[in-house]
Amino acid sequence: MGIIRTEDLTYVYGEGTPFRKTAVDGVNLDIEAGEIVGIIGHTGSGKSTLIQHFNGLLKPTSGKVFIDGEELFADKSRLKEIRFKVGLVFQYPEYQLFEETVYKDIAFGPKNMGLTDGEADKRIKETARLVGLKPELLDKSPFELSGGQKRRVAIAGVMAMEPKVLILDEPTAGLDPRGRDRILGLIKEYHAEKGTTVLLVSHSMEDVAKTVSKILVMNDAKVFMYSDRSSVFAKADELTAMGLTVPQVTRVFDRLRAMGIEFDDEVFSIDYAKDLVLRLLAEKRR
Amino acid sequence: MEKFIEIKDVSFSYINDYDDPPTKNTVLKGVTLDINKGEFVAVLGHNGSGKSTLAKLLNSINLPESGDVFVDGMNTRDEDKLYDIRRTVGMVFQNPDNQIVATVVEEDVAFALENIGVEPSEIRKRVDWALKKVGMYEYREHAPHKLSGGQKQRIAIAGVLAMQPKCIVMDEPTAMLDPIGRREIMQTITELNSEGVTVVLITHYMEEAARAGRVVVMDDGKILLDGAPKKVFSQAELLKSVGLDVPDVTDLTHGLIRAGIDLPDDIISEDECVERLYQLLKKE
Ligand SMILES: Nc1ncnc2c1ncn2[C@@H]1O[C@H](COP(=O)(O)OP(=O)(O)OP(=O)(O)O)[C@@H](O)[C@H]1O
Ligand SMILES: Nc1ncnc2c1ncn2[C@@H]1O[C@H](COP(=O)(O)OP(=O)(O)OP(=O)(O)O)[C@@H](O)[C@H]1O
Ligand SMILES: [Mg+2]
Ligand SMILES: [Mg+2]
Repeated sequence: MGIIRTEDLTYVYGEGTPFRKTAVDGVNLDIEAGEIVGIIGHTGSGKSTLIQHFNGLLKPTSGKVFIDGEELFADKSRLKEIRFKVGLVFQYPEYQLFEETVYKDIAFGPKNMGLTDGEADKRIKETARLVGLKPELLDKSPFELSGGQKRRVAIAGVMAMEPKVLILDEPTAGLDPRGRDRILGLIKEYHAEKGTTVLLVSHSMEDVAKTVSKILVMNDAKVFMYSDRSSVFAKADELTAMGLTVPQVTRVFDRLRAMGIEFDDEVFSIDYAKDLVLRLLAEKRR
Repeated sequence: MEKFIEIKDVSFSYINDYDDPPTKNTVLKGVTLDINKGEFVAVLGHNGSGKSTLAKLLNSINLPESGDVFVDGMNTRDEDKLYDIRRTVGMVFQNPDNQIVATVVEEDVAFALENIGVEPSEIRKRVDWALKKVGMYEYREHAPHKLSGGQKQRIAIAGVLAMQPKCIVMDEPTAMLDPIGRREIMQTITELNSEGVTVVLITHYMEEAARAGRVVVMDDGKILLDGAPKKVFSQAELLKSVGLDVPDVTDLTHGLIRAGIDLPDDIISEDECVERLYQLLKKE
């Protein structure tokens, strides 16, 4: 049984008001421990609502959520404990920074878990380095940082808790390309090193393609598909119809195939694309 | 060409009161930039390079520490002109949460229009038009703070579209949008621009910048590059050295050039890339 499992999970906002909205509709999921999953879906498809169930921030309107085999909300006294297993980095997390210094902000989670000062200090400095925050920034107020710098602080704060499941809601939105690559690289590294299950919500098909092994596609509050990367990106037309797309290089090679260039490969990365062109050229010359 | 925005040797510093003693952080260092009427300029730069600070100079939210900024001939220091300047330059801020002012979507979009004294019937028309433009018309009676991230972003964009300013400054307007939403906003921007609206687009998406008429690259409070997208993106090494990148199709073609394939080094659009690769790979 997977580390995150849902049974007929449904969530309704504004029940009994004219704005009643079923944001998550009958979702059944089973996510294996150690998986790195991309979550994609059009604006308003229910991604943020869905993931907020995984650490008990939202309580299902109906249906159930199991984390590591334990049903959330079954026993209120266990909720806090289960929450430490699931670290959630929000959309625009930088607006939740509130401490006087960057250091204290990153320290908030680890301290809350009851780590000793020494242990927390080690983790704080280590994660700050990992996410690319220079040591001199640790004593600054988070309010003096740029948007991208704040983002790194927020991510570091959750990572420093070393949760079993790490969920990030659009962690690279607003980051510059180097920052984007760094955060994605860091997520992959963190995943490889700690075996953490990672859920990554993103609107960048490029980021998803280069980071994850499986993809969950949300469409209009429902799961459209949960499968490996190539099966999902093979459905370019369906994805486009629901507001999504495939990575730019994938699109380039889909178009070349449609124009009559023959190859069987599925292209998701620039390096692969380059090698493919060189191979096709060599075959052509022969 | 008629100059519309003139930034003349502008420096700007933040005073960090949180530090003890307070410190001064100079984030714009002698920036000079002219933007002509009707131009579409994309601004790139690493996180913290000063893009948002620069944008806020354009409608008097930030005033230069030294140097001057002129918008349509008005000095942004001139307090009597504040109202006109804000009418001339519409701004979509980096975080949509920070600009929600009303409790109902359509009131939020109408807010700025009421402030500048537009007729109620005209307000109604413009609000509906703007909400349709960003695909949020069905949400007009909803509460903005209860929308998803991308939906809030669309509302913020609608608010500025409804003002119909001569110049639109957008600070990462597509950061939270899905791919189609991003494409639609880019289409809207291009359309407005073709109708004569001056556009300044701050973005971290190289593909979006590739569609502008001109790309300005900031680095540590200074302007590093300024030119046509094809010219700017041919300098891949320099861009990467300042935390930026080139569009994926440019990266691919540059990789192929390094491997000895004969291709132009200024391919920045998907169409162009497909066409060139097709010519290369098609059967004789
Ligand atoms: N607090 C709320 N109250 C009422 N409705 C809400 C609330 N939050 C979200 N919704 C609605 O629920 C639906 C799903 O929203 P959600 O934030 O989960 O979408 P999302 O997939 O994360 O979108 P985005 O990509 O824009 O972040 C949307 O239609 C939204 O308007
Ligand atoms: N309100 C503020 N008070 C103090 N310092 C600030 C403030 N806003 C920004 N800064 C500092 O000014 C510098 C430039 O910030 P700015 O927000 O203009 O960068 P940016 O290029 O827009 O970055 P990003 O891509 O992350 O949005 C940064 O070093 C930042 O720390
Ligand atoms: Mg969301
Ligand atoms: Mg900014």
